[in-house]
Amino acid sequence: MRFVDEFRDRRLAQELSAQIARLARPDREYRFMEVCGGHTHTIYKHGIQDFLPPNITLVHGPGCPVCVIPMGRVDDAIHIARQPGVIMTCFGDMMRVPGSTGSFLDASAEGADIRMVYSPLDALKLARKNRDRQVVFFAIGFETTAPSTALTLLKAAAENVTNFSVFCNHVTIVPALKAILDSPDLRLDGFLGPGHVSTVIGCRPYQFVPQAFQRPVVVAGFEPLDILESVRLLLKQLHEGRCEVENQYTRVVPWEGNTKALEVIRNTMELRPHFEWRGLGFISQSALRLREPFSNFDAERIFQVPGVRVADPKACQCGEVLKGVLKPWECKVFGTACTPETPIGTCMVSSEGACAAYYNFGRFTRERVAEAVR
Amino acid sequence: MTARPTREQQVLDRIESYRRRKTVLREERITMAHGAGGKATQTLVQALFLEAFRNPLLEPLEDQAVFGVNGSRLAVTTDSFVVSPLFFAGGDIGHLAINGTVNDLAVSGARPLYLTAGFILEEGFATADLERIAKSMARAAEAAGVAIVTGDTKVVQRGKADGCFINTTGIGLFERDIQLGATQVRPGDAVLVSGPIGDHGITIMLARGELELVSQLTSDTAPLHGLVESLLSATPSVRAMRDATRGGVATILNEIAAAAGVAMVVDENAVPVRDEVRGACEILGIDPLYAACEGRLVAIVAGDAAETALRAMRTHPLGREAAIIGSVREDPPGLVLLKTQFGGTRIVDLLVGDPLPRIC
Repeated sequence: MRFVDEFRDRRLAQELSAQIARLARPDREYRFMEVCGGHTHTIYKHGIQDFLPPNITLVHGPGCPVCVIPMGRVDDAIHIARQPGVIMTCFGDMMRVPGSTGSFLDASAEGADIRMVYSPLDALKLARKNRDRQVVFFAIGFETTAPSTALTLLKAAAENVTNFSVFCNHVTIVPALKAILDSPDLRLDGFLGPGHVSTVIGCRPYQFVPQAFQRPVVVAGFEPLDILESVRLLLKQLHEGRCEVENQYTRVVPWEGNTKALEVIRNTMELRPHFEWRGLGFISQSALRLREPFSNFDAERIFQVPGVRVADPKACQCGEVLKGVLKPWECKVFGTACTPETPIGTCMVSSEGACAAYYNFGRFTRERVAEAVR
Repeated sequence: MTARPTREQQVLDRIESYRRRKTVLREERITMAHGAGGKATQTLVQALFLEAFRNPLLEPLEDQAVFGVNGSRLAVTTDSFVVSPLFFAGGDIGHLAINGTVNDLAVSGARPLYLTAGFILEEGFATADLERIAKSMARAAEAAGVAIVTGDTKVVQRGKADGCFINTTGIGLFERDIQLGATQVRPGDAVLVSGPIGDHGITIMLARGELELVSQLTSDTAPLHGLVESLLSATPSVRAMRDATRGGVATILNEIAAAAGVAMVVDENAVPVRDEVRGACEILGIDPLYAACEGRLVAIVAGDAAETALRAMRTHPLGREAAIIGSVREDPPGLVLLKTQFGGTRIVDLLVGDPLPRIC
């Protein structure tokens, strides 16, 4: 298949793998964080660890939108979904995220009308079709998905749709990165920068990483060859004593980002003073809410949400996993109390969550399966 | 001397033994995941239905029960159909209702003979649509060489069902002295699939029109008894066969690996998938290995009979694009491993839920 197979070429993978092995010094360990959950998914889905020498570890980062949603926000959304006349809409990943009294899937089984959509525009379409209902879109994601929510809001306003609203949970990537870099547990040698977020915000916002924290960043694409190429570029920087922001994903990411997308976000949303991130706690100026002129579309203002902060379950170590301090299997409840069927933490829910990716795709050691796959 | 397992391996071993535990149904209510054919369905069936109905014929949890009557061996199976939409490219609910049950009989090695048909209809459903479905069932039954010999009709108030639901039950007769099933599978066997996978699931998804994708794709719904007959005539070394429906090829391989206590290794490059299906799966983030089929046979045969089996399948019109997609290994038991197109290795696990409900 064109535009896909080119980026999954085995021969090129082996060539890159050989170059990586040459660049990596055998006398040291390398720990690179892939910020984005999409990368985590690719890494496990294609078995990329097979192409890296054992002294290179890919550490999974916080860039999984579903993973960072705190339980209290899920509870608030379920509260809204239970109001008479409401149709709650969300992306499929959200359906199984546990709140303190269950997930959307459970709320749906109890009678709430919760539907999966592929785009906020589908939610708006649903609102036009169901004029007697209030259709709420559970907006989630980094700057990657915020523009589509913003455009939907502008469209709803232009068309005067009065039964559509947004429960806004959009977050921004840079404060999360800062929180990780500020963490005393940090043992990272570089970052694979989030490709899709960068399509919108560009590469410039990451300059603080090499400048203030002396760690290189390579903005990476999502196909397996992109990941290998980006690891090679990180090693090359370290090898040559450079420390800067590089763009591997040039076929999609412009250095300056997408100014139009940024503008629609700016026109419809503003920074919240602070927002709770699952496992990372409150991070100031790290999330977006709707601007005043769009208050008629703001589900948080239309409905009285409880807004109660719910502490993560004690056993859950999602925070450490999101910060890359723990590998998924090092969490105490991984695979026993916490599984994709009965997730305790969010990292076990989304296909982009590190725990789910490891559990579903990577639940084996290379030594153990070497015989079988030879 | 074996090296002491690493700490990661110890954790993984603990998880695998945890997975083999008796399952417990935790949910207080049925959710859509219980109908998806993956882990939640398995838990529901094992923890609730098997506990309530337990008997030796049910216990293997195969797609059909096999029993003897006066010296004859018979197979019986049942299946319900709730597909939405009712009509789609390449078939309709009636066509599925016949082929689904015919195939569950055929893969046991039995010749499908008689079917029953139960209809649950919603008040207001168009009789013209019902007639269209009935005619389609009649044609499908004729093609499969079975007769619909008894049935039942119920009507529920508007809003209490979605147009038309169908249940079919089928009975088949063994004409060969063979024992097929997951427990016959052993290391060294080969895994074959009769053609491109995922056509049905993706066709249904596109037919719902929510995605605004258009393709020439049609459902693969077809009766497999003829293909099965070709295969069984060609070699006595068939161990197990399944009809890859809900949950796709991945789910079947997991079920067999778990029941037989073996590992499966699948080569992603060898798995036939149409470009349209791959494309749609890429866009939707679905793995074609989990996409439903309604006319694809997965057969496990002895390793030395793999080529014979492949030739036999390819001579049948429904198996022209058959392929050997993997092999059965001893270790690690219960796991399905995939050698990825890219050249890496990963696990193919059971899904918890399904991104696509009501595909059959």
